[in-house]
Amino acid sequence: MSAVTGAGDVRKSQDDGAGPGMARGAPHPHGAHGSFRGYVTGFVLSVILTAIPFWLVMGDVLQDTLWTSIVIMALAAVQIVVHMIYFLHMNTKSEGGWTFMALAFTLTLVVITLVGSIWVMYHLDQNMMPMTPHEALQKP
Amino acid sequence: MHERTAPPGATAPVFYEHEEHAHGDGGTLIGFWIYLMGDSLIFAILFATYGVLGRNYAAGPSGAELFDLRLVAVNTGLLLLSSITYGFAMLEMDKARIDTTLRWLAVTGLFGAGFLAIELFEFSHLIREGATPQRSAFLSAFFTLVGTHGLHVTFGILWLVVLMLQVRQRGLIAENQRRLLCLSMFWHFLDVVWIGVFTFVYLMGAMR
Repeated sequence: MSAVTGAGDVRKSQDDGAGPGMARGAPHPHGAHGSFRGYVTGFVLSVILTAIPFWLVMGDVLQDTLWTSIVIMALAAVQIVVHMIYFLHMNTKSEGGWTFMALAFTLTLVVITLVGSIWVMYHLDQNMMPMTPHEALQKP
Repeated sequence: MHERTAPPGATAPVFYEHEEHAHGDGGTLIGFWIYLMGDSLIFAILFATYGVLGRNYAAGPSGAELFDLRLVAVNTGLLLLSSITYGFAMLEMDKARIDTTLRWLAVTGLFGAGFLAIELFEFSHLIREGATPQRSAFLSAFFTLVGTHGLHVTFGILWLVVLMLQVRQRGLIAENQRRLLCLSMFWHFLDVVWIGVFTFVYLMGAMR
């Protein structure tokens, strides 16, 4: 019973993937890598998301380093998502979900690496003997 | 054709064939994606190193004294423009137009080369001022992180030139389309990494 439905699925997916009359091996016949509108949308969003942090820092708009840092980091995160969607055509379905799975795993590792390193090393610094820059220069 | 190789009644092989045909490109694109994920781990480690050492100036110059944000803004614009022109090249590839594909690829390469030229100018300027990688932990981490990104862009341009020659010689055959798709992922990925660089290194460095 399942052999019949299984074979039917195979034929269907092959047709979906290559399409009748399409050269065998042509990677993405249905324009899976975006449209003109998609690229322009991504570009405009990226320009806006780039201009704001440069304006905030170069014009010293918020006059507060901590808040400016938080805002530009948030904008960078949003811009990365924009690039992922409009330029890298990331979605949860491509390649049967495996690209997204790999991305989620990588993001986990990246966050552990970044947060872990900065957190641990910050506390290590806190526990070091205080040193002036001049003393630091005399160290071997 | 493939499902006939499975003996009648065997369900498992049929299921595996289904998985294998889901991407139709021999798995190159997912494989290349996995490579990019590995590459992001390299950059994550370099970002972490910079995050830890980024304020250890050893009485040397700090980012606020060294960075020229106008140059960085121009560089960011160049890389962003190169991303969209590569996208246009991909759209032309879809329409099987060799000439316009090559033209957009050339524009992309020029933007990339402009980015590299400005970055090298910045580096040489820093080194002439005495802000060499040996000067402080901050500068070592800075040159390693930004230099690794620049090296990626360099190899991306090399790859781009090779692919342009191949497209000119053999046309937009399936193999070349696959290669161009891989390079497109690589190129957009470099732009994503640059978002982290200009935010975390340049903008936050300039504020301190």
